[in-house]
Amino acid sequence: MFVNQFLLLGAILFCIGVYGVVARKNAVLMLMSIEIILNSVNINLLTFALRNGSTDGHVFALYIIAVAAAEVGVGLGLVLLVYRNKKTISIDDLSEMRG
Amino acid sequence: MIAQNIGFLIIAIVMIGAALRVVTTNNVVHAALWLVVVLAGAAAQYILLAAEFVAVTQVLVYIGAVMVLFLFGTMLTRARIGAESDLNNSYKKLGIPVGLIMLAAMGLALTDSFGDEKLPESAKVVSTQEVSDQIFGPYLLPFWALSFVLLAAVVGAIVLARKD
Repeated sequence: MFVNQFLLLGAILFCIGVYGVVARKNAVLMLMSIEIILNSVNINLLTFALRNGSTDGHVFALYIIAVAAAEVGVGLGLVLLVYRNKKTISIDDLSEMRG
Repeated sequence: MIAQNIGFLIIAIVMIGAALRVVTTNNVVHAALWLVVVLAGAAAQYILLAAEFVAVTQVLVYIGAVMVLFLFGTMLTRARIGAESDLNNSYKKLGIPVGLIMLAAMGLALTDSFGDEKLPESAKVVSTQEVSDQIFGPYLLPFWALSFVLLAAVVGAIVLARKD
């Protein structure tokens, strides 16, 4: 197995996630795209852990999974709060901070 | 080695197709279910990369917990379950060149740096014991910080979502 096949898979998934963040305006779908990005980063970390024969990448990957779980919890809490106040979760409608 | 490469190729194609469906589908629930395919494929890739504990954690935390959160978020923010037409914003066309340029830049950098370097053939599976020795040894302080992050996230999510 080449190193590059995993790294390129991570790069492709990262770009798909970035496209999702740019193109979507539903807040829940943006959070899903962010999950794809975080998973591509995990693939990269584990590839380099295998390449260098170290376990540090595994620890980082586990920490990323834990932080992503916390991020989704808080993110969806925020989305629920926005929905309760505005009756919509479309990002385009949240324009109070526009000058 | 051949079997691993074939497995990698199949899982990678399925993952990329499912990820594309996540960012293009018109149905939020379908997007969540395609995301399950992406996450399961990522767990399979972790096993190919000899990271069994991370793969199990991926299944437990992502497919088990995070997906339930997403489905609850979908359920609580929208009354309708069917397809919706206004999920994409007006910059949708802009996203395609952004993604393709980033992919080209990263692909060039990766092929330039790693070329046809191979992963070690005789890599042994990293056991849970080695990972835990790392976490509770050199990485103990980040582990404590992570505990506080999780505690703050739990309290914050309850405070944000509470009806008062």
